[in-house]
Amino acid sequence: MPDRPDEFVIKGGRVVDATGDRVADVLVQGGVVAAVARRVEGAPVLDAAGCMVVPGLVDLHAHLREPGDEEAETIETGARAAALGGFTAVVAMPNTEPPLDDAAVVASVLAAGREAVCDVASSGCITKGRRGEELAPMGELYALGVRIFTDDGACVGEAGVMRRALEYAGAFPGAVVAQHAEDPSLAGGGHMHEGTWSSRLGIPGRPEAAEATVVARDVMLAELTGTPVHFLHLSTAAAVDLVRDAKDRDVPVTAEVAPHHFTLTDAECRTFDPAFKVHPPLRTDADVAAVKAGLADGTIDAIATDHAPHVPEAKERPFEEAPPGMLGLETAFALTLTELVEPGVLALPDALACLSWQPAVIAGLDGHGGPIEPGRPANLCVVDPAVRWEVDPSRLASRSRNTPYAGRKLTGRVRHTVLRGEPVVVDGIAQR
Amino acid sequence: MNDLLSIDDLGASGINELLDLSESFVEVTRRDIPKIPALRGKTVVTLFYEDSTRTRLSFETAAKRLTADTMSFTAASSSVGKGESLLDTVRTIEAMGVDAMVVRHRCAGAPHRIASWVDAAVVNAGDGRHEHPTQALLDLLTLRRHLGTDAFSGLRIGIVGDVRHSRVARSGVKAFDAVGADVTVVGPPTLLPESLEGWPARASTDLDDVLPELDVVYVLRIQRERLGAALLPSLREYTSRYGLTAARAARLKPDTVVMHAGPMNRGVEIAAEVADSPASIITEQVANGVAVRMAVLWSLLGSGGLVA
Repeated sequence: MPDRPDEFVIKGGRVVDATGDRVADVLVQGGVVAAVARRVEGAPVLDAAGCMVVPGLVDLHAHLREPGDEEAETIETGARAAALGGFTAVVAMPNTEPPLDDAAVVASVLAAGREAVCDVASSGCITKGRRGEELAPMGELYALGVRIFTDDGACVGEAGVMRRALEYAGAFPGAVVAQHAEDPSLAGGGHMHEGTWSSRLGIPGRPEAAEATVVARDVMLAELTGTPVHFLHLSTAAAVDLVRDAKDRDVPVTAEVAPHHFTLTDAECRTFDPAFKVHPPLRTDADVAAVKAGLADGTIDAIATDHAPHVPEAKERPFEEAPPGMLGLETAFALTLTELVEPGVLALPDALACLSWQPAVIAGLDGHGGPIEPGRPANLCVVDPAVRWEVDPSRLASRSRNTPYAGRKLTGRVRHTVLRGEPVVVDGIAQR
Repeated sequence: MNDLLSIDDLGASGINELLDLSESFVEVTRRDIPKIPALRGKTVVTLFYEDSTRTRLSFETAAKRLTADTMSFTAASSSVGKGESLLDTVRTIEAMGVDAMVVRHRCAGAPHRIASWVDAAVVNAGDGRHEHPTQALLDLLTLRRHLGTDAFSGLRIGIVGDVRHSRVARSGVKAFDAVGADVTVVGPPTLLPESLEGWPARASTDLDDVLPELDVVYVLRIQRERLGAALLPSLREYTSRYGLTAARAARLKPDTVVMHAGPMNRGVEIAAEVADSPASIITEQVANGVAVRMAVLWSLLGSGGLVA
């Protein structure tokens, strides 16, 4: 395989996309898919024997930490972690320093993203400084290509502000307002799920109702304004039920869940290891079951990583003093296969829908997630679905090490990732 | 067993052995020269990230009476917040050569984190709302010395007040249950734990209902900051519903004892005349603290492990 070949064939794999499933070779030429056929010869080969060839994954929710916390992650390193995880596009979250509430900052993120091994879409803040008070310049950010507006990390707590943001965003076709649904007056000061474990451990809790009350309110505001609301990283049974009801009534809402919310529970916090601290927090077995049910019946549209790197020192603190967040980009696909597809919770095409084409639609990323057919941009992921591997934090590409899955055995690993025709990951190794 | 982080580390037999050992150290503390060379050459550091003169002095006195060398580190959590990580701090201190770290921290689980990083023995001297195991042990010792060795089985203990925010209660419930007592936590719903699942205790919001059957009333401190957090309407209302007033004390069984972990808000959770009454064994609690901490330090450093 020559460096950055203009033409190559992904050979011997099973092609799975929104249109179906077939064994085929995929010829890539000049950055686009040139042919999908039973046998393609004559081009350099990217071996896919025993693998699935799928549209590149799309992450609606990645904290790339640039600008401001480049010790923890940069756009370059975060994109590399994303590519190794099978993603060809990620949406960068706005809680940087300075935050993404300004056109110049967003432009700098987009510029850095153009050099990266994964497409980087920028979110934009809903409110200035993510303070939940005055609107950020949504029109200026929209003009730069921002489609997802969020104050993520912070909830827009004031109903009146959220209502005005939704009204204002109504002028921007394709824009979606994404809410970190945790009422600050209920969750503030809390560090883990409020319940059996928080009461035993004496750690202040974040109750389930902190999420559900905001979801209930914002469903009504979506209905009032007609502007789509996307719920970030839902974690509770009550919130999943509210979204299900809203969709039944055709309210324009979408929702994502993060792999840790269908994999881990609040019982993990009993060791006081802040690797398990995240907002919204790890919940109960019943919530995990509800999240899975929401994925299974289509209530949940997307699996998003909430990749949140922190330097080691930040987590070398007591649980209550450590910042929330955990790595996710390099484990999301394998966790989806291990926790959802292998046990039969989600059929493979539905899992891929949640990881690729449905989030691509929400984020307005036309070049990603589409069917693998001639003329389409070659944004592809080749995954070996059978290989077993163990998560070793020291071998992750992220600049940070705060994975809660150290030592965990997972099924399925990304072998190759192709970004606009460039093999950026080959045999599990980032090419630049 | 290298550390004492939680009452869970001990079990009933471990608790009883520590109490037996504590009894012998009570005798030591009453000698003309209350000092034995049991831990000569050992170094004990008190690492206090939260102010507590009483507990720190109690541990340092215990260490000195065992002839250990002592060092003291105090830091407001906030000033450490942005700078040196907890890990760096404890590694630095350990490098000076210490055998035990006695840790007080405003955050639950801080001693557990430290214990995972250092070889030195770690003693939890209070971590956030989580636990305060030596307080529970000294409470047990005080009760046992007052009521007799066989008094725990079926003993009815009411822990009254701000159970939700109390490490004294979390350790106390486990310790009292372990030795066979029957524990009820009492307080307004806003000051009881959000969930009592797995707690070996009953709960009540009505002190007057519970009071007549109690053998021990364990009164917890009420903090003014609970008012600002909309947990209580007023201290006056708290006192009227949950304060151990003279009128309530008069309804106790004749031999019921009153305890408090201190510092007391006289006139709020406990009336001054009740705190100073013959039923009160509060002063004995303080006196027994040193002996219990001697027993803990000696178990960890002197005999190669906690007697568990």
